[in-house]
Amino acid sequence: MAEKSAKQVLFEPIFDNNPIALQILGICSALAVTSSMSVTLVMCASVIAVCSFSNLAVSLVRTQIPGSIRIIVQMTIIASLVIVVDQILKAYAYEISKQLSVFVGLIITNCIIMGRAEGFAMQNPPFLSFMDGVGNGLGYSVLLVFVAFFRELLGAGTLMGYTILPSVSDGGWYATNGLMLLPPSAFFIIGLGIWALRAWKPEQVEEPEYRMSRQTVKEAF
Amino acid sequence: MEHYISLIIKAVFVENMALAFFLGMCTFLAISKKVEAAIGLGVAVVVVLTLTVPVNNLIYNNVLREGALSWAGLPNVNLSFLGLLTYIGVIAAMVQILEMVLDKYIPTLYAALGVFLPLITVNCAILGASLFMVERDYTFGESLVYGFGAGLGWALAIAALAGIREKLKYSDVPEGLRGLGITFITVGLMSLGFMSFSGISL
Repeated sequence: MAEKSAKQVLFEPIFDNNPIALQILGICSALAVTSSMSVTLVMCASVIAVCSFSNLAVSLVRTQIPGSIRIIVQMTIIASLVIVVDQILKAYAYEISKQLSVFVGLIITNCIIMGRAEGFAMQNPPFLSFMDGVGNGLGYSVLLVFVAFFRELLGAGTLMGYTILPSVSDGGWYATNGLMLLPPSAFFIIGLGIWALRAWKPEQVEEPEYRMSRQTVKEAF
Repeated sequence: MEHYISLIIKAVFVENMALAFFLGMCTFLAISKKVEAAIGLGVAVVVVLTLTVPVNNLIYNNVLREGALSWAGLPNVNLSFLGLLTYIGVIAAMVQILEMVLDKYIPTLYAALGVFLPLITVNCAILGASLFMVERDYTFGESLVYGFGAGLGWALAIAALAGIREKLKYSDVPEGLRGLGITFITVGLMSLGFMSFSGISL
């Protein structure tokens, strides 16, 4: 990897190399926590915090770690940071931590964090690694907030708990789309989001494995 | 007995790890291009889940839980905050041990599973099942059955997705949607299908 400026490292993962849409990392939690905006924002903040600090910590000790046990060392650093986040959430945002249930714990196995620790922080100095962690956390958050925005707005007519589209059951005009609150809608929105992103940046389109040959029609004389 | 059967059906269909809780999605999407590979990974997940969930259950109930250390004369110790670190450690260790045992005694299965075994450590479905086990307060027997059921459900889902994707590669998908995009939408449709089980109460 060539030398990169801190700015590049910070902004590249947001659209050009998005961890979810392009690197296929960290999808598990992306889907489950996006049914309401406030829960999503808490989750994003946790992921950004864990990702940046784990990158920083791994980068600080990167010359000391023997290669054969590096995965365990990284895992321990990440797990300790997640425990800190979990305890903070339980202390200051108990309601939201109840809604997130096991998904805070699952930040440990979020591939973004492992992937960045292994792929970036092991080779780069602390400051750049920290920035890379923040950038990848932000890239993850952008997609999550995008999904949560549509799910909460179309599913319940609210954003952050405030009513935007008054629903029929409350005497308004908007018939809520219950499907949006159910799990499958997250897949559809991410799928369509990836489509939109790739239409905007065509270089991210994957090569097809098979290309159909053009159908040839012979004119009958 | 009836209780265990209903638990297993619930774990496989109603609360399918992959399609209802989105756990293990990264490997689910990455390794579902070929049916054979998907089945190999599925088997590995079933084995690891059936082992780790009961082991974590024993550790939680005998060491970590509030007051669990009273047998050692420490009735007021609550180590549950160490849970996450312990579970992931147990999982990593179990995978490593399983790898060594298979390599020694059943080399054919070891060769078949190949690279999938180490990958399982970072599969969220494994850690997720242990966390659900703690949250729902399963007994040892229940945790054994739940671990097996959850693994089976995940294996079923990945094999089905791989089957669909093998056919899908011959179809003419719009450019931007090709690859990852269409896979997401396929999984969404499968997940809709599995939602029809959710009305079943056991």
